Amino acid sequence: MDLSAINPVLLIASLMVAATPILLAAIGELVVEKAGVLNLGVEGMMIVGAIAGFAITVESGSPFFGFIAAAVAGAILSLLFVVLTQVAQANQVASGLALTLFGLGLSALMGQGYVGIKPPATPKLDIPVLSDLPVVGPILFSHDLVLYLGIALTAAVWAALKYTRMGLILRAVGENHDAAHALGYKVVRIRTLAIMFGGACAGLGGAYISLIRVPQWTEGMTAGVGWIALALVVFASWKPWRALLGAYLFGGVTVVQLNLQAAGVAIPVEYLAMSPYLITILVLVILSADKSSAPAALGRNFHASR
Amino acid sequence: MIVLEKRPQPSRVWSLATPLVAVLATMIAGGMLFALLGKNPIEAISTIFWEPLFGEFAFYYRPQLLVKGAPLILIAIGLSLGFRAGIWNIGAEGQYIMGAICGAGAGLAFYPLDAFYIFPIMVIAGALGGWIWAMIPAFLKVKFGTNEILVSLMLVYVAEQMLASVSLGLLKNPEGFGFPGSRNLQSYDSAHNAELIAGTGMHWGVVAAFVAVIFAYVLLNRHMLGFHIRLTGEAPRAAKFAGVKPARLILFCLGMSGALAGLAGLFEVSGPAGQISIDFNVGYGFTAIIVAFLGRLHPVGILLAGLLMALTYIGGEIAQGSLGLPAAAIQVFQGMLLFFLLALDLLTNFRIAIRKSEVA
Repeated sequence: MDLSAINPVLLIASLMVAATPILLAAIGELVVEKAGVLNLGVEGMMIVGAIAGFAITVESGSPFFGFIAAAVAGAILSLLFVVLTQVAQANQVASGLALTLFGLGLSALMGQGYVGIKPPATPKLDIPVLSDLPVVGPILFSHDLVLYLGIALTAAVWAALKYTRMGLILRAVGENHDAAHALGYKVVRIRTLAIMFGGACAGLGGAYISLIRVPQWTEGMTAGVGWIALALVVFASWKPWRALLGAYLFGGVTVVQLNLQAAGVAIPVEYLAMSPYLITILVLVILSADKSSAPAALGRNFHASR
Repeated sequence: MIVLEKRPQPSRVWSLATPLVAVLATMIAGGMLFALLGKNPIEAISTIFWEPLFGEFAFYYRPQLLVKGAPLILIAIGLSLGFRAGIWNIGAEGQYIMGAICGAGAGLAFYPLDAFYIFPIMVIAGALGGWIWAMIPAFLKVKFGTNEILVSLMLVYVAEQMLASVSLGLLKNPEGFGFPGSRNLQSYDSAHNAELIAGTGMHWGVVAAFVAVIFAYVLLNRHMLGFHIRLTGEAPRAAKFAGVKPARLILFCLGMSGALAGLAGLFEVSGPAGQISIDFNVGYGFTAIIVAFLGRLHPVGILLAGLLMALTYIGGEIAQGSLGLPAAAIQVFQGMLLFFLLALDLLTNFRIAIRKSEVA
């Protein structure tokens, strides 16, 4: 065992990379849940985003188009959830599970020709002086652009929910859809847009895994990240900045356990590999006592009787 | 303008008809998918649904129907109890794995002793393994209000790591030339879940599945606890006034579904699979969710749905071999089925009416 081989600067830099897919998916789901909808299909949308982004990047040679395609694929898949829950009034839990099961199958089907291929590298930020700074450079100024997008998105969602009229309407729909409907807001339309935003974010998160974090395509490669993102929204009490904090915490656990595996610690690999899931459970236990900040209409379907 | 009117009572006719319509719709949509993949859709659909039952090699495939259907039915019966009461155990895959590990572990502990009591002990150990794994989310939900969906699902990944760990370590075959995986229980008579009648596919797991169907039917229709489960799902407020204790229901529903999933794992590992290995689990725990919904959460419905889903597994394998249909296509096919089912359920609860449009 050689713990000195672990470089703290690289550790923090890779922690941020590991956290980004969770963050992207969690921010998307946070908006969905703020609108009063519980979409358990995050894992399915992520994995479809992962393969869509991967395939388009490989075919076009451009990660930019890949990420766009991933967001579009996630949003399209989320439309299936819209049809089920907003139009057909189906149970949201069951519909979300259906989305995940379907997405896992669909991604495996789409990804058949892409196993074992290496995608073109995504360009990283390179600012002449700043990126070369000793400690600060690798941590703050030399990541790929999507990582910064994730942080920017967190800020944008926070500001939009807190300061804009759009955010207020979204929250109203999530707290009491009947009152929002009575005020003349289009509950179904607003929820549809929120669900599509969530799908696009999940798709981006998935593509981040297949294009940057791993980067490769294997079946079922998201391995529960979508579910961890769902847990993270609860952890964050539906607050964007706490989602960022939580994502970095989970990213940290993942990276540390991978580093410990590499350093050959005397704990068996399997026990290290299960640690992110166990910590998710632990965090859920600690934080689930307080549910006061959950949107009041979460998981309830809306049907205008008139 | 077309509007949806909520029915005062869910339609009984549509409630029974939707699974059939959903299967038909899935066949059509699936056919289109297969056509996109460059296969003849009619040939593919008939390979999946006709070949295993009435084709040339049906004598081989028909018993497989029971072998593949039994774990699906066992797990889905357990899940349906919770789903009815709004208790969502979606980690049956993990409970299935833990049942298999505990059951096989108990059996292998006796190796090479030859005794009649070994298999019953394994059955109990398997059920206990699944039960304990399901009691984790149940206990956390009762004690701390933790979301059982997320916890039970996280435990699937933990169980998968456990499976990898024991197949490489604790339960690894000492005479296996270093290959991962346990001793083969099929060649250890006292622990082997053999066919009860040769050539029928009938093993103890199939018997357990039928018993579970009857048990669930009696529970839901003739027993107070079953009534409470239905009441909680259909009228939560009324259930509260009737004095239903949510904690008891959560512990019972999760515990029962865990025990049944554990049993399914034990019967699988000691019979058709034969050994604990890294790729022992094939997703029965997740497919069982589809089975539970397709069977309308009703025991008899689940029996039929489980057999149908087993058919798609077997037919899918045949189509894989003879038509080169990718395995993932069957997974998509099964996912579609759940989609159509949930979407068509609209007709059970709502009436489609045409009204003159008015100013809102």
